[in-house]
Amino acid sequence: MIPLQLVAILLVGLGGLAVVATRDPLRQTLLLGLYGVVLVVLFVVFQAPDVALSELVVSSVAFPFILLAALAKMRGRRRE
Amino acid sequence: MTRGARLGLFAVSSAVLAGLVVWGLTGLPAFGDFHGEYGRILNSVAGTERHVTNVVSAVVFDYRGFDTLGEEFILFTAAMGVALLLREARDDRERPRDEVRSDAVRAIGLALVGPTVVLGLYIVAHGYLTPGGGFQGGVALAGGLVLLYVAGRYRSYRAASPHVLVDVAEGVGAGSYVVVGIAALIAGAAYLGNVVDLGTKGTLAAAGTIPVLNAAAGLEVAAALVLLFHEFLEEVMYPDE
Repeated sequence: MIPLQLVAILLVGLGGLAVVATRDPLRQTLLLGLYGVVLVVLFVVFQAPDVALSELVVSSVAFPFILLAALAKMRGRRRE
Repeated sequence: MTRGARLGLFAVSSAVLAGLVVWGLTGLPAFGDFHGEYGRILNSVAGTERHVTNVVSAVVFDYRGFDTLGEEFILFTAAMGVALLLREARDDRERPRDEVRSDAVRAIGLALVGPTVVLGLYIVAHGYLTPGGGFQGGVALAGGLVLLYVAGRYRSYRAASPHVLVDVAEGVGAGSYVVVGIAALIAGAAYLGNVVDLGTKGTLAAAGTIPVLNAAAGLEVAAALVLLFHEFLEEVMYPDE
């Protein structure tokens, strides 16, 4: 295993911990997007560019959008 | 349960889990020690058999094209389900007015709309030449459209993606995948068999039916995601009545 791969794995571990340890759902959503980018780095380092692209679009576009919409809806309801 | 008991339970169960993980890890083959013959064979034959430079696309849209058909319809069914549950006859109502207050968000967002859409189209179009393909490009396309909402107005976002267009695009994307399969049957091959002329490897005119299926998947994925975004946004834009 080359050092770059070790660094990528380490970053993924740290990123996952950061997401789990965050309490506020809004911050958690943003961190989850960043965690996706770290996963993208991991996939690129392990020479899986197709998977990296999939992870990139899902973690930075599709998933946070759905989460943010759900959070916004819940906030609107709480205010009433 | 007291704090001490909880911690004790956690310590015991995490120790057992850690033991299982270590036991499992020690049984794994060495790092990079790959024994899957399928991958090795495909890497050596896909280029000459299917005229692709991205073997992944040959697996997704040809060798395992039938699996992708199933995946497409999973997404199709999910989007339909969301539309069935959340869609209401709202189109006749006044669209809410919303203005983006941050100049930075507006400027960066609008500047990114064009490049994101072009990137999405590029990833779809070159799916069988370089990494990427219908799925990744389709999501990027939908993302470009969402940027219109993030940086602009809900009204302009909706004007750029009317319900009729999105619904038809999703149906055509999913349907044409099935039709290409049936066309292969008519031509005397197996369902989804690659019957078209394979063209020149490394150019856009290559790989037979793979570009067609790739484009169908791109259309389906982009439309399905826009449809999902629509329904979720509607929930946010119109508070509970």
